[in-house]
Amino acid sequence: MVTWTSVEEELLSLAGSVPDPELPVLTLEELGVVRGVDVSEPEGRVTVRLTPTYTGCPAIEAMSADIERVLHNHGVAEVTVQTVLSPAWSTDDISPEGRRKLAEFGIAPPRPHDAASDGPVPLTLSVRCPHCGSTDTELLSRFSSTACKALRRCVACQEPFDHFKEL
Amino acid sequence: MTAALALGDDALVLSHRLGEWAGHAPVLEEEVALANIALDLLGQARLLLSLVGDEDELAYLREERAFRNIQLVEQPNGDFAHTIARQLYFSVHQQGLYEQLAAGDGRFAGIAAKAVKEVAYHRDHAEQWTLRLGDGTDESHQRMQRAVDALWRFTGELFQPVEGVDVDWQALHSRWLETVTDVLGRATLTVPTGPQSGAWTAGAGRQGIHTESFGRMLAEMQHLHRSHPGASW
Ligand SMILES: [Zn+2]
Repeated sequence: MVTWTSVEEELLSLAGSVPDPELPVLTLEELGVVRGVDVSEPEGRVTVRLTPTYTGCPAIEAMSADIERVLHNHGVAEVTVQTVLSPAWSTDDISPEGRRKLAEFGIAPPRPHDAASDGPVPLTLSVRCPHCGSTDTELLSRFSSTACKALRRCVACQEPFDHFKEL
Repeated sequence: MTAALALGDDALVLSHRLGEWAGHAPVLEEEVALANIALDLLGQARLLLSLVGDEDELAYLREERAFRNIQLVEQPNGDFAHTIARQLYFSVHQQGLYEQLAAGDGRFAGIAAKAVKEVAYHRDHAEQWTLRLGDGTDESHQRMQRAVDALWRFTGELFQPVEGVDVDWQALHSRWLETVTDVLGRATLTVPTGPQSGAWTAGAGRQGIHTESFGRMLAEMQHLHRSHPGASW
């Protein structure tokens, strides 16, 4: 017999398998934005809790639509995607596998927050070039193609690259 | 409801002003940076205005006198130095305000905790530009000084207590002054000495009294929605 908990786990992994609309190498689970799934009895209505990376992130609507579509295709009739803000998403929520994929894709992954500092900005670890691995890199612009990335250049291999900045 | 409207309108109006730089910024990287900051602010505005009512109706169908934003954020972009000075004054304030709200357990705590991390980047951006322009060429120094002077009289309104926003406004003000004094000093700029508000501006924006250019900004912001109600693409 199937218990509700295992159903919820299955739905959670389905919702989490949706690729991020802007960084399709990552799934929503790896990005750390799916916060949970609830199944209400007896109607079987499914609520997925999703948190935005940035408050103004335009991808949240596409994410919601994709989650609804995937669950509909799985036979769930009623799906609601609920946006939750607390606790606020942090780049520390990106899984190790997500970080590996980002680097492979040419985007330097965010550095883990120093436990000692409470602000999002001050960090001392250098950003490693995703192309050649050098730590000799410089900031070109604090904002890149999206708010979540900064534009950097590698001094060693001269290649510009995106850095998923810490939040 | 006034509190959410006040904070939401600040974010909405500044977001629109920054969006006006699209296609006009001095370099492409800067264009992208300003657009990203505008997008963050728009996200805050949507969350805050949704606490009050329908976000689209509030943004596009209110008359000028119904907007509760402070006058600082509605000031025209001017030259790049003006935009940066406005951004410095506002983001230093917003960071302090959101830090306090995030630490509390009021209705804005969740939004503030989310937004304060983004605002730290906005402030860093404004600070770096202030240093670069202030401590740059004679021309950039002059323009940056002119900008911080010109906008100074709008900064008093930042610390006018807003009903329903439960923070220590006095502490907010002194910390703001400390930070701005530090940044301007490092940028070799002089902290303006004049009053932080004119008799006629004190708290006026929060009561719906706005400066001349705001009406034109609203006309541009609202005309599409008003001309084509319910249009989508
Ligand atoms: Zn390299």
